Amino acid sequence: MMKSKLFDYIEKDNFVYNLSGVTKLICFLLLSFAVMFSFDARVIIVIMVLSFIVLHVSEIKFKQVRLMMYYVLGFLVINFFLTFLFSPRYGVEIYGTEHVIFRITDHYTVTWEQLLYQITKMLKYLSVIPLGMMFIFTTDPSEFAASLNKIGVGYKAAFAVSLTLRYFPDMIRDYNDISLAQQARGLDLSKKEKLGRRLKNMMNIFVPLIFSSLDRVEVVSNAMDLRGFGKKKKRTWYAGKKMTRNDYYSLAFCAFVFLASIAMSVFINHGRFWNPFI
Amino acid sequence: MKNMFEFKTKTIVATAIGAALFTLLMLYVKVPTGVPETDIQTCYGVGSFFAALFGPIAGFLIGVIGHAITDATYGAPWWSWVISSGVALFITGLAYPRLKVDEGRFTLKDCITFNIFQVIGNAVAWIVVAPLLDIIIYKEPANLVFTQGMVAGLCDAISMGVIGSILLMLYSKTRSGKGTLTQE
Repeated sequence: MMKSKLFDYIEKDNFVYNLSGVTKLICFLLLSFAVMFSFDARVIIVIMVLSFIVLHVSEIKFKQVRLMMYYVLGFLVINFFLTFLFSPRYGVEIYGTEHVIFRITDHYTVTWEQLLYQITKMLKYLSVIPLGMMFIFTTDPSEFAASLNKIGVGYKAAFAVSLTLRYFPDMIRDYNDISLAQQARGLDLSKKEKLGRRLKNMMNIFVPLIFSSLDRVEVVSNAMDLRGFGKKKKRTWYAGKKMTRNDYYSLAFCAFVFLASIAMSVFINHGRFWNPFI
Repeated sequence: MKNMFEFKTKTIVATAIGAALFTLLMLYVKVPTGVPETDIQTCYGVGSFFAALFGPIAGFLIGVIGHAITDATYGAPWWSWVISSGVALFITGLAYPRLKVDEGRFTLKDCITFNIFQVIGNAVAWIVVAPLLDIIIYKEPANLVFTQGMVAGLCDAISMGVIGSILLMLYSKTRSGKGTLTQE
């Protein structure tokens, strides 16, 4: 069955939970951009260790993230093989040297360069994911819009994000109701039905679902207009947290890691890749 | 002429509801084509319907928010594809001033207009933007990302062409147009 809540936010009292949403958002973005930019396995491993420490400090249980982990690992394995299948010589191209481990055919040669490139890529994802989970599980969804607004996203767009999170469970409930009602009337959505027929059956769910959501758009936007939404250039947020000393320490630390990783690329590696082969 | 970039309360709410639907469909409702790892994502069809009704800004935000939230449930958004989803729906939304679906008009000509924009949007997003960002941001090998982009673009164009067009047609029938009342 579908989960009606996207992110199960349960309040706890620890260092990570008590940070303001803005801090967590900025730290998440800084660290994930650091990892995105750098192809230096050493930098990435440092950030990965950091992000697992953060995950531990924030007391997120493995049970909560198990499903995500499996999905991500599956994705990484597929990506690993696809990369080799499509570009077995990409590593050689990047690093400019060739150290053969063993040969399958002339084109499909396993080289240390390719191995380093693919493992670095894998580490990159593995190091960002704990950060993403930390951010998702420890941020109050109602505080999220306030955080987005504070880092410079227009409040109307930020409000759209918060409304999305607010209405997602309602949509799931509507979808389930309609889908069960249609299945009770004999609509088959499983693999037994042919593709074209299945698409048609799906439309029989979409049409009531979408038309009822268009009615909802009308109702909600009227309610907001009547309360004067969008009249002013700025707005305040009910759920925003105040910045504390810990927030500033965390921001400074993440900014330092970010700058250090850029500095590694610029001054030591002279490029985004760490090349141990020369 | 409708103002394409107006961002009024109704557009905001439509964006939010559209993005919630997009997330729901992207997570749970896919039609497998038989080829592994290539599903027809129904969410793009519904997204294109919202883009045609509410304009490019709503389209862009629906794509970005919906895709980012979906990815976030797995840990981390894959930014290049999140942006491409937004771009595809933004370009589809450019058809908005030419359509009068909410006044009950969706002729064959309108259908063709919508599909031209939709196909251009998918082509730009999945054959140009997504692979280029993949190469720039993630340094993925070029031939892999272009192949993935082609497949994704084709599937999304089918989804928008079929689901989007049908939804627009059905919706136009529920709306009454200007000056359709006659005195007896």
